[in-house]
Amino acid sequence: MAVAGLDLDVRTGECFGLLGPNGAGKTTTVEVLQGLLTADEGQVEILGLHWQRDARELRERMGSQLQETKLPEKLTVGETVAMFRSFYRRGVDIDAVLEIVQLTEKRDAWVSRLSGGQRQRLAVACALVCEPDILFLDEPTTGLDPQSRRQLWDVIERFRARGGTVVLTTHHMEEAERLCDRVAVIDHGQIIALGTPRELIASLGAEHVVEFALADAGVVEQVSLAALPGVAQVAAEDGKTRLTVARVHETVPALMRLLTARGVTLSELTTHHATLEDVFLALTGRHLRDE
Amino acid sequence: MTSRRPNALLQLTLWRVREFLREPEALFWVFAFPIVLAFALGIAFKNRVPQRLRIAVEQGPGAAALATALDSAPGLHAVVLAASEASLELRTGRVALVAAAPEPVLFRYDSTRAEGRLARLLAYDALQRAGGRRDVRDTREIRVAERGARYIDFVLPGLLGMNIMGTGMWGVGFSVVKSRNQKLLKRLLASPMRKSEYLLSHILARLVFLAGEVISLLAFGAYVFDVPIRGSWSAIAAVVLIGAMTFAGIGLLVASRVRTIEGVSGLMNLVMVPMWICSGVFFAYSNFPDAAQPLIKALPLTALNDALRAVLIDGAGLTAQPVAMAVLAAWGMGSFAVALRIFRWS
Repeated sequence: MAVAGLDLDVRTGECFGLLGPNGAGKTTTVEVLQGLLTADEGQVEILGLHWQRDARELRERMGSQLQETKLPEKLTVGETVAMFRSFYRRGVDIDAVLEIVQLTEKRDAWVSRLSGGQRQRLAVACALVCEPDILFLDEPTTGLDPQSRRQLWDVIERFRARGGTVVLTTHHMEEAERLCDRVAVIDHGQIIALGTPRELIASLGAEHVVEFALADAGVVEQVSLAALPGVAQVAAEDGKTRLTVARVHETVPALMRLLTARGVTLSELTTHHATLEDVFLALTGRHLRDE
Repeated sequence: MTSRRPNALLQLTLWRVREFLREPEALFWVFAFPIVLAFALGIAFKNRVPQRLRIAVEQGPGAAALATALDSAPGLHAVVLAASEASLELRTGRVALVAAAPEPVLFRYDSTRAEGRLARLLAYDALQRAGGRRDVRDTREIRVAERGARYIDFVLPGLLGMNIMGTGMWGVGFSVVKSRNQKLLKRLLASPMRKSEYLLSHILARLVFLAGEVISLLAFGAYVFDVPIRGSWSAIAAVVLIGAMTFAGIGLLVASRVRTIEGVSGLMNLVMVPMWICSGVFFAYSNFPDAAQPLIKALPLTALNDALRAVLIDGAGLTAQPVAMAVLAAWGMGSFAVALRIFRWS
């Protein structure tokens, strides 16, 4: 995926998220940052270092977990981490890093025997073993069950608590909201929004979303909906209507009255706090992922 | 607080060694298969007491008498067969010659086959003697069956060379392509690992297993078929070492850009199969036309096999095959250098 004119600035000690659908250019972006791809144009500066000049020093100080890497199946967990430790001048003890990712009792198990979540934690252990200043994680929790996902979040939060900088890609909005100080929303290789999760949600103009569908193919014109109290935005999609609203308790009773007056009935009504998913939807008209 | 750092080259080499030891199939192909092959070939081409050549006499008037005359000759075994059957057996090589009785006796045989020409000589001789010819001069003879000149003595160094080539190329090529395919190379590239150490670890891991491979096959040949080992151990070790490093280098080159296992398998076969045939593994490459000889001698497996036969069977020193050793070393250094240059990490 091509990335064009992408300009971003990650601050020391923050967790920076690249959020976007598959194929948006997230992986390309982090691979350029990690020196695995060379940008045709533009510059990368990390920790005050440049890939052209300080490649070795940069590699010493960054930890990486790549989306597609499969670690050797026939090595044990301990052997794998020891091998990665051997590449770096500086680093932590193998037992210590296994403790951090909660794989201590799997130390002597072959990688082929690990679950998906354990494999991801091992990949993160290999990234953490060099005591990195900056950690790159490319879709670290994709495909994991909720429990494994939360275990990995704990690991990342502990790394941050020690002052580490994290750049992570995800198409999981809850992950971005929980972990990231700032998020860049990427689509088609370009940043379409950048800010803290709170700022991005606030950019919708309201913090709640009311979604409803009408029975018997009933229709209400958007102008009337937009005129309801507290409504910031109206959008229709797949027979559903989405209202972005500031105060649910004012909007919903007014919506009910409007529908009754028009003689149409509801078949569905839900409300939720606006998320980054809603931000993405508002910006692109598409969902982050189809699940 | 920084922990003690393990040695990277050692860790990378251990990775290779462990992966190999934990793969029972790989162990079979490297250690057991060459021995099975040597055993089968040793049995199939065992030097026997020279057998009597089987020839046929076409059924018809006088066939029985002709068969008796021919059968009485040492070295011939004559059977009477119907004409069509005799032709079939001649065509399929089950008889070396077909004789037909009506005077003058007719011999049919394939003059391009040594067995056919030999059968014709013996049959002609037997007929003349039966007809009353007397020999005018006597000769004496001493029969020899020397160790070192049998087929197994020829084929065992060839198998050793073939095995060094195969394990070198597969051992290196397969694991490199697998690591590339699984994006492990890319992950290594994101670390400060030294690329030269990664490539070197493959060659070191090869050397770990080399002694076992070579000694098991040589010991098998010596104990089961009494194949002589005439060269010094240091000369043998030097040839084997240079051969193994050369083919590890060629393996690295073959695998330097390929992304899939299927792709590398095809490429490996493309490189190795012509050498199995041309480089004197199973039969001497002198069977090929003169024009092809310089080309064949430039192949790395030819050079390795020549050098192995020289040190193992002829008991020559390391300096006896300077051209072969130079060819080997050139291939090894050339492929390693090119592989380093064009190697694809992602």
